[in-house]
Amino acid sequence: MGKTLFDKVWDAHIVDTIQDGPQILYIDQHLIHEVTSPQAFAELEEKGIDMARTDKTVATADHNVPTINQHLSIKDALSRKQVDTLTKNCEKFGVTLYGLGHPYQGIIHVMSPELGITQPGMTMVCGDSHTSTHGAFGTIAFGIGTSQVAQVFASQCVLINKPKTMRITVSGKLGHNVGPKDVILYIIAQLGTNAGTGFFVEYAGNVFEDMTMEGRMTVCNMSIEMGARGGMIAPDQTTFSYVKNREFAPKGEAWDQKLAYWKTLHSEKDATFDKEIHFDAADIAPMITYGTNPGMGMALDAKIPAAKNETEVKALEYMGFNAGEELLGKTINYVFIGSCTNSRIEDFRTVASYIKGKRKANNVNALVVPGSQKVAAQIQNEGLNQIFEEAGFEIRQSGCSACLGMNEDKIPANEYCVSTSNRNFEGRQGPGARTLLASPLIAAMTAVEGKITSLH
Amino acid sequence: MEKFTRLQSKAVPLPISDVDTDQIIPARFLKATNKIGFGENLFRDWRYLNDTEPNKEFVLNNPKYSGSILVAGANFGCGSSREHAAWAIEDYGFKVVISSFFADIFKGNALNNGILAIQIDQHELNSILQKLEADPEIIIEVDLEAQKCTVPVLGIESSFEIDPYKKYCLLNGFDDIDFLLSKKTEINKFEKK
Repeated sequence: MGKTLFDKVWDAHIVDTIQDGPQILYIDQHLIHEVTSPQAFAELEEKGIDMARTDKTVATADHNVPTINQHLSIKDALSRKQVDTLTKNCEKFGVTLYGLGHPYQGIIHVMSPELGITQPGMTMVCGDSHTSTHGAFGTIAFGIGTSQVAQVFASQCVLINKPKTMRITVSGKLGHNVGPKDVILYIIAQLGTNAGTGFFVEYAGNVFEDMTMEGRMTVCNMSIEMGARGGMIAPDQTTFSYVKNREFAPKGEAWDQKLAYWKTLHSEKDATFDKEIHFDAADIAPMITYGTNPGMGMALDAKIPAAKNETEVKALEYMGFNAGEELLGKTINYVFIGSCTNSRIEDFRTVASYIKGKRKANNVNALVVPGSQKVAAQIQNEGLNQIFEEAGFEIRQSGCSACLGMNEDKIPANEYCVSTSNRNFEGRQGPGARTLLASPLIAAMTAVEGKITSLH
Repeated sequence: MEKFTRLQSKAVPLPISDVDTDQIIPARFLKATNKIGFGENLFRDWRYLNDTEPNKEFVLNNPKYSGSILVAGANFGCGSSREHAAWAIEDYGFKVVISSFFADIFKGNALNNGILAIQIDQHELNSILQKLEADPEIIIEVDLEAQKCTVPVLGIESSFEIDPYKKYCLLNGFDDIDFLLSKKTEINKFEKK
């Protein structure tokens, strides 16, 4: 029986298997940031251990950084200390850091792919659940806790039980204005927030094959929102063209060798999965969420379904919505376009092409936050900044920004925010903030209209 | 890591499903560079109104409930990988979390901090939650060696699963990091392949 894509990459990285226990998985690339690494560095110091492979580790500051005046010292003392601690730790242990002010700095899951650090067939981890993003390249990439960050520091390995495999196939033709974000929000709404727990997902079918790398990253990014540790897509010509010539991509003969291997990374025709799910692309509409987990999503012009349990009752209460009502026509004062889900150049091109010649509604605060310094530079080079400025959108510097309510960028209590991020949990964007997840296109349209509007 | 063998305790009910790690510890409290004091902000936005005044409705502010076991709804710990969630639960004083379903990353983080995450049948979970609501004094017994979770007053004697390696680590207070360091030769050999 043939192997799945997941099995091929997994099996190539097994150092050892503990009897009746987990396996030792070798990690090709470790990504770290300021929030989940300090306690891991401290553990190394307490135990007097050195880092195993600094050459396979790269750091950036993203979660806890301001998106305005990044050249100045960070105002909040605790945030400043956390970012400084990362700098000190990287210096002390010899880890490459693309910190604030560096032209490569950015959200770790935007930065690593665009520099060619992320490559097909790798195993990658980071103390961040959205590490699943890198699966878009046919890598096994997943989030880990800080204890595991320390383990990777010490040994370049993690102890992990092999997940089961699930293939989600979406085939057919996507409707007008239906993009990658709608596809993944639809999948999560159909399957629920824990359908993927214990599984690693492979996304297959022409819908994913036809997507750009940016689109594939948006899809894989949200795999964790259905509970899956990660999601991956078989690398193809789109992947190879994206990786080729990037800063840290292999060059010359090394490229040819890698490419030959990467071309073998696909599930064999007779490979079997523990679970197979199929969706028809034609059933997917532009999506929006109405509750407090990413599974509570629906078509933009649908009516809010009845709550299925106590938790959903509580969710609707928090959001200030009633079952049976439409979201169309709801006034929205905040729009956030950014996060590791949707802050790549393609996302901003989509937004710019919609808002060109238009202006945001007066009631709206529209925040545009590039995923990295490189994306910010690209926005400038393509002249998109002018379109955003003329439309009254505020462009910030790169970082996680209002996705997680950690840095200065927060949505006020009780306000609705149509956000291109990945989580609509209670208080995620700030205490009391109410998040509606959607695509960059819907976010742009909401900003212009000042309310939720149908795309038709 | 502290050893875990057995525990007899009262319990705190949290009958909500899909409790995400942003609720367990909101991101604005993740700025520390050590592991100390996260318990103070455990469930912060449910525990306090306007971020300062204790919310009397929330179970952690109800003086009737105490104990080192948290009993929570399905899919506990979903969302962010922040280990701060496990540190907050541990720092508050919980040693065991019982649910019918745990998110992967949270479960691993809990075990790595000596917190036992016990998965039991949804019906049994429902009856424990119901009983706790009526009687905060009921005692739950957990025996890791025997892999048993018992609620005598309900006649529940539930077996739970745990990876044998992880069980060994908890019973003996061993960290994964020590184990991985003992495998250096194998890892070096793998790197040379």
